[in-house]
Amino acid sequence: MIVFLIYIAIFVASFLLVKLLVHRSTRDFTARKTVTFGDESAVRPNRVAGVVSVLTIFLLWGAFTGSKWVPGVLHAPGPFIGDATFTYTAEAEGVAPDDATVTIRVFPVGEEVTAPEVAPGEGWAKNDADTVGAWRSGLVRVDRNDDHGRDQGHRVVAVNGTPIAPGGEVMTAFGRVGMSPKGTLNFEPSKGLQMEPIWLPPPEAVLARLREIAREGYRDSTLWEHLGWSLFRVIAGFFFGALIGIPLGYAMGLSDWFRGWFDPIVEFMRPVPPLALIPLVIIWAGIGEPGKIILLFLAALWIMAIAARAGVSGVKISKVHAAYSLGASKWQIMRHVIIPNSLPDIFTGARVAMGVCWGTVVAAELVAAEKGAGMMIMVASKFQLTDIVIMGIILIGVIGFGIDILMRLAEKALVPWKGRG
Amino acid sequence: MTGLVLENLSMRFDLPNGTSVQALKDVSLDLAAGELLSVLGPSGCGKTTLLNIVAGFLAPTEGRVLLNGHAVTGPAAERGMVFQQGALFEWMDVRANVSFGPRMAGKRERDWGAHVDHLLDVVGLREFKEKAVYELSGGMQQRVALARCLANDPDVILMDEPLGALDALTREKMQSLVLKLWKETGKTIILITHSVEEALLLGERLLVMAPRPGRIHKEYRLPFADLGVGEDLRAVKKHPDFAATREEILGMIWNMEEEIMGRTEAAQ
Repeated sequence: MIVFLIYIAIFVASFLLVKLLVHRSTRDFTARKTVTFGDESAVRPNRVAGVVSVLTIFLLWGAFTGSKWVPGVLHAPGPFIGDATFTYTAEAEGVAPDDATVTIRVFPVGEEVTAPEVAPGEGWAKNDADTVGAWRSGLVRVDRNDDHGRDQGHRVVAVNGTPIAPGGEVMTAFGRVGMSPKGTLNFEPSKGLQMEPIWLPPPEAVLARLREIAREGYRDSTLWEHLGWSLFRVIAGFFFGALIGIPLGYAMGLSDWFRGWFDPIVEFMRPVPPLALIPLVIIWAGIGEPGKIILLFLAALWIMAIAARAGVSGVKISKVHAAYSLGASKWQIMRHVIIPNSLPDIFTGARVAMGVCWGTVVAAELVAAEKGAGMMIMVASKFQLTDIVIMGIILIGVIGFGIDILMRLAEKALVPWKGRG
Repeated sequence: MTGLVLENLSMRFDLPNGTSVQALKDVSLDLAAGELLSVLGPSGCGKTTLLNIVAGFLAPTEGRVLLNGHAVTGPAAERGMVFQQGALFEWMDVRANVSFGPRMAGKRERDWGAHVDHLLDVVGLREFKEKAVYELSGGMQQRVALARCLANDPDVILMDEPLGALDALTREKMQSLVLKLWKETGKTIILITHSVEEALLLGERLLVMAPRPGRIHKEYRLPFADLGVGEDLRAVKKHPDFAATREEILGMIWNMEEEIMGRTEAAQ
């Protein structure tokens, strides 16, 4: 909630700041327009907004994980680290109530620490010392070293002078002191607003993990092998899907028999998410490579068939007529008119299919795989290695984005006439 | 025997709801080689249907088309067609578009190269021959379409409102170009248009068609196309007969439209 409010505040503040500081450059045509609101063509992504948006995400990530990359003043309050003290008042049968101090050393998880040395102090209730990890909590058996134990009716009645009963709690400067139903004290140092690394590691930890895995690999395979296997599956599945799907789409666009025969199948399979096929594919083809490639083949097949069909149906009849009256044969019309005319639609389909395949391969690897980006994050999550999970998610996103960019570049180079007919 | 003969053409479209539309009824026409015919008429009079039958895209329900003595059964290179727009191949550059016909006939570049370059010169697109067609203006695209049709050396050129989508100024220039190409190449041309002025300027013969059923209403033989070859088209338009004929035809079409409206209202 706090993070969300900060995010909105940064959004509004940076907007106002940029509008105030940057005068609109009057170089482009859009700036000459007096009416821009409602004109969709006048809306271009603001570069500054894009940069600030990405920086904000990293800033919030860093600030709420105590990252070294973010200056300390920007850090959200961290968990309490150091020696916490509180006093308790105990009663026992036959003696007057007595006070003693508890000193608890709160340490960052992963470090080895020993309990602080404390003098026992005066009276029958003795001073205690213990250790608790940050973000954790620990039971403090204060009665153990006291002269009058539980067998003599030892019970804690107040913490820092505030009365406490089983099930109750007292807030101290260092955290919360609660009491279990049986009367044992429970110390929970204050957590602050930062996330614990096992839930969300700081960005530098993710980068360090990336370096380590890129160098040493993970689960008997290098990082490049994991990503390479995922990519290989996508490309193989897409290749076979296009190999069968494009001719199928052409046949459906050119012959009424093919159209009638395959329309029910294609229209039925199209809305079935490929993920729903994973169980069946595993039953039929197992969890090895063939199963995954069959799954991706099925994911790409219908998309490519529909794209090719749309490409053929989209040819203007005047183009076909023109070719006929210029003396072209059926085969020449296929080769020189229908196929080039359908290429823009096929490229659009290929972009969609690659995106779907990439999503499907990760999901399939989450279910079962020995190598792959999805397998990497799935196994890491089982060991609560959140840094690997986040690293994997970022890599999967970057690769998916990269695939789309490459497809767009290929489209620009190969079908420059797209949308220009 | 050379020339184009249309014998008692009738075309009936059966609609899915059981009714049928008589698009053409008993249209006969004799066109000598090298004649330029313009066809005019209100929408729905079957002019495009007529052109599609001559091109071979449609088979008439009755009658037949004869070109140089043989019957037309389908589209062929002997009858070239120029469409209103959007019929160029965007994936080919200008020169590849123009040379499409000869290339499909399996000819080598040394056989068609000079002819194609000459045609590009004639239509004024020599510098643009490497350009993609979608980079050209509407008027230039129609010049590519004309050159593409001529490169195939057809006996008859069929034009379906080839200048309909152009602005007035470009249109006037293109009209001069069509006349020039007609005189230079001596092709038989059938030109369909919505514009009475264009029909008068470009039609050596002019056919006014009437709708429901589509039929020939009146035929004119006009001197303006021959005048226009040597003269400025604006001077031709000042010819006293030009205005008179234009008024006559406009009145004729106006009456047809009125009649359709009346019939539609009566039906309701």
